[in-house]
Amino acid sequence: MTTSTLDAVVRSRVRRSRRRGVVIGILVALVVIAYAVNLMVGETFYTPYEIWRVILGETVPGASFTVGELRLPRATLAALAGFCFGLGGVTFQTMLRNPLASPDVIGITSGASAAAAFAIVILGLSETGVSVFAIVAGLGVAIVVYTLSFRDGVAGTRLILIGIGIAAMLDSATAYVLSQAAQWDLQQAQRWLTGSLNGATWDETVQVLVALVVLGPLLLSQARNLFMLQLGDDTAAALGVRLERTRILVIVAAVGLLAFATAATGPIAFVAFLSGPIAARIVGGAGSLLVPAGLVGALLVLVADLIGQYAFDIRYPVGVITGVLGAPYLVYLLIRTNRAGGSL
Amino acid sequence: MTATHSLEVSSLELGYGDRTVIESLDLTVPPGRITAIVGANACGKSTLLRSMSRLLAPRTGHVLLDGREVHKMPAKELARTLGLLPQSPIAPEGITVSDLVGRGRNPHQRLLSRWSREDDIAVAAALDATHTADLADRSVDELSGGQRQRVWIAMALAQQTDVLLLDEPTTFLDVSHQVEVLDLLTDLNQTRGTTIVMVLHDLNLAARYADHLIALADGKLHAAGDPAEVLTEDTVRAVFGLDSQVITDPTSGKPLMLPLGRHHVTV
Repeated sequence: MTTSTLDAVVRSRVRRSRRRGVVIGILVALVVIAYAVNLMVGETFYTPYEIWRVILGETVPGASFTVGELRLPRATLAALAGFCFGLGGVTFQTMLRNPLASPDVIGITSGASAAAAFAIVILGLSETGVSVFAIVAGLGVAIVVYTLSFRDGVAGTRLILIGIGIAAMLDSATAYVLSQAAQWDLQQAQRWLTGSLNGATWDETVQVLVALVVLGPLLLSQARNLFMLQLGDDTAAALGVRLERTRILVIVAAVGLLAFATAATGPIAFVAFLSGPIAARIVGGAGSLLVPAGLVGALLVLVADLIGQYAFDIRYPVGVITGVLGAPYLVYLLIRTNRAGGSL
Repeated sequence: MTATHSLEVSSLELGYGDRTVIESLDLTVPPGRITAIVGANACGKSTLLRSMSRLLAPRTGHVLLDGREVHKMPAKELARTLGLLPQSPIAPEGITVSDLVGRGRNPHQRLLSRWSREDDIAVAAALDATHTADLADRSVDELSGGQRQRVWIAMALAQQTDVLLLDEPTTFLDVSHQVEVLDLLTDLNQTRGTTIVMVLHDLNLAARYADHLIALADGKLHAAGDPAEVLTEDTVRAVFGLDSQVITDPTSGKPLMLPLGRHHVTV
């Protein structure tokens, strides 16, 4: 080995980790700014100082209610749910090595959403019950899609097609459940079909936070194994990754995060699908995509909610805005898949 | 890096679903030598290699590394002794050569351990050995087939295993790159004493580069031993169903198989 090669290796490794640090730093800063703007802007504008006093628990006329009870839980839920969607999405995309294998394309969030709508509308369950229902359904869908597409191993394309079919069935089940609701209300329907932050409460926000605190570290503990899975199952296994154990841990953690977020906000369209590829583009292969994708997810939901609420004459739920962003990318990916002859 | 390890397969049966691919196979890989596995398409060569590196559990029988069953060894411990380069490994989009080669260090790293000096040295040595140091910052997508294959071999070298299994390392390469890859593996064997087991399609290159040749036919061992003894007209007929003439290669003294098809043969 020559020293010039060693220098080059060290230099390129340092460059990668520095780039990763810079990217994560910028994303964190953007999330903080978007979060702050979401708290300040609305019918009435509040200064950062007023908001800070509300956060400290002081009574500020007007702001205490508007910021403390409406904007804070809403913005916090937006950031947390976005982070969960981003993490869960990139996990599936990495594990199955296909950007189309996102949980909102292959039916996992549809399952969680259908179960949550069923639990609320038909069973009249409370928030914890709804989350449990959503998680069981999310895991159930993951197992069904995985099993149906298993034939001498799981082929990505087969899994995606089966997942899209299952997602369509589950979405119609959600629509049916909503049509059975005693007091059929549009806001509720929007929430379970495209995702919405309307009526965000502290209770929901805390549930998502707890899920993130418990399941986030579990998922991050598998970051390196997921990173190795990018090389293909055989290569990863030959490099000492325990495939089955990694898959089970990662699926449980990712589905849990997605289901908790879905139970709180509904399946906010395409956030899980978009976050990973955007993160991959900006990180440029410098290490695991988990945290960057989570941050991109949080940023997407915060910005989309801001646009949905204030950019137009009518207020749109956040899922409508993310849907408008995500749909063209889905079409682009499908066209590219077609050109490449069916593989991604 | 000069430690020799025994690798044996005993009464091994392998299959997928209800299809049996390998039946009651016994073989021993000579330590510190180059072994080539040859056989017709779908005769179970790749399946055997996957099982030897614990990617496929045997139905019956054992794969033994130094007398221990590989399927019961901890994954990372095995990956520090035995490496595998699959037939078509996947390079993530945009990954650089040094990043890819660095991933070969995975079995040497613990959950929270930082990248060590030793890791850097192993990566640099692997790049130098495969003549890919000048590609270190290039994206793997941009490389030619031959360069890419050398990079994958560099990744396997960074793993620093004493035994290296390769599934058709020369497929999709033109003849000069095939020879280049096989020369590289021979260097590795001669300088570090690495035990090499590879599946090869080209019988003549297998006979030239291998110290030990294993011929499989229909999931069973047909012959194993010195290429001069294994590569015969009878073996070619039994394994490939092809008539041939085997002569001595004037450039290497190894056997050289000339296929006898229905056309253009004048003898």
